[in-house]
Amino acid sequence: MDLTTLIFKTIFLFIILLVTLIVAMYSTYGERKVAAFMQDRRGPNRAGPFGLLQPLADGLKMFMKEEIIPLTANRKLFIIGPSIAMTTALLTGVVIPWGGSLTIGGKEFSLQIADLNIGILYVFAMVSIGVYGIMIGGWASNNKYALLGAIRAASQMISYELAMGMSIIALVLTTGSLSLHEIVSQQHGMHWNIFYQPLGFFIFITCAFAETNRAPFDLPECETELIGGYHTEYSSMKLGFYLFAEYINMFISSAVIATLYFGGYNMPFLDDLGLAQNTVTLLGTGFFFMKIFAMIFLFMWIRWTLPRFRYDQLMNLGWKGLIPMAIFNIMATGIYYFFTELT
Amino acid sequence: MQNLTNRSVMVSDKKMTFMERIYIPAILKGMSITISHFFSKKTTISYPEQKREFSKVYRGQHVLKRDDQGRERCTACGLCAVACPAEAITMKAAERKPGEEHLYREEKYAAIYEINMLRCIYCGDCEDACPKEAIFLTDRIVASQYKRAPFVYGKDILVEPLDPNLRIDISARQTEAVHEFKLVKRFAHNK
Repeated sequence: MDLTTLIFKTIFLFIILLVTLIVAMYSTYGERKVAAFMQDRRGPNRAGPFGLLQPLADGLKMFMKEEIIPLTANRKLFIIGPSIAMTTALLTGVVIPWGGSLTIGGKEFSLQIADLNIGILYVFAMVSIGVYGIMIGGWASNNKYALLGAIRAASQMISYELAMGMSIIALVLTTGSLSLHEIVSQQHGMHWNIFYQPLGFFIFITCAFAETNRAPFDLPECETELIGGYHTEYSSMKLGFYLFAEYINMFISSAVIATLYFGGYNMPFLDDLGLAQNTVTLLGTGFFFMKIFAMIFLFMWIRWTLPRFRYDQLMNLGWKGLIPMAIFNIMATGIYYFFTELT
Repeated sequence: MQNLTNRSVMVSDKKMTFMERIYIPAILKGMSITISHFFSKKTTISYPEQKREFSKVYRGQHVLKRDDQGRERCTACGLCAVACPAEAITMKAAERKPGEEHLYREEKYAAIYEINMLRCIYCGDCEDACPKEAIFLTDRIVASQYKRAPFVYGKDILVEPLDPNLRIDISARQTEAVHEFKLVKRFAHNK
């Protein structure tokens, strides 16, 4: 890797980090607005025009709060918990292809920080490590509610990761690659994977809701039963990290869904316009973000529509519903490709 | 037993059909409901900019009226204090001195007239009891305070300003029925 590429990657890394944080920040604002609109209210509209400074005010409030570490808590783990949650949430963005490639000064730069040949596995690994943040935090709090929340989080993650992985296997059968860049470029034109893997998409998105601990699968942190679940004992910015990590996770999983099933930065009509390559790339990135925002809206829409699942219903759905469905999906895909390749 | 409304639904324990068990149609239905609310008119009234319209007979902060010539109507008879169920009203009467005819309408007036706004329940009984049409409830809201003491309103707040332009309009409170009632000469206090 030569120096210019290195500099470009470093700058791009910072831009992605910044964008991730800003999108997560404004997701909190968006969430409150969407919730309000769906309940015939107006939502935050006092801080700045249309309440746009609300996330800043919330962040400032979080910083100003008193930092409390309970006496009985395990101090080290108590601090490590939210750090892991935040770090893993931010790390996932590295493998996502945010756009095609830009040509600057006769040199081509790919708008992807690391094109791992096992990109999907990397995403899965990071998401799985993310659950440690919740578990360690809940365990270190030394509080029964936090512990219950952490246990729920762990069992939920394990149950839904299986189905999620299996839905991805079917997708990999279709695309023949684990690299996210490869998967996106295969979806050029209108060959979006959602048309080839509708059942897989449905399983994946359901599991994505569960993995991000969003309603209707927000059992680890259900306010009514567990008083906040794993972050009961947290205050100040450590609580902020947990809440923020959830929104980052939502953003990243929206990006992953858009990449895997909605053609990433591809848009069918984009190549017919006859624009310069750089313009096409930037427009593609714009469309990618529009897809992501649409997915985030879907996340919020579901949250403010459905009530929380009961714990046994959650387990039933995961083990008796989604996993058999995912296995069926793999078999059907496999059989289809077996026969089409014979002819 | 007779039903009060026709909205009651019989609860049944039947097995769910396949379409009901996969939840998807129900979820989509729910999502269509929430999205329709997303675009519907908001019920919120953005308070400082927009104010909810009060009903015409709203009972808010009291006013002690003056008559056309700017004289206080209150004669400190104490009927309002007697009528008050919350015992919020206290007063002290005084005799009008010669030369004060432009200030007070009759020979007796209230030297001190206090309403404790924390005790007041805004029932309007004082208004009904008043034989001189001196006290009225208005559509003004009692301002919030940090301490209890300022809630005891004296004559400085209750009596309406002398300036004819600043007089408090209570005509909205005077519904047609009340107005007619006050014209009936059969009742002693209307004479």
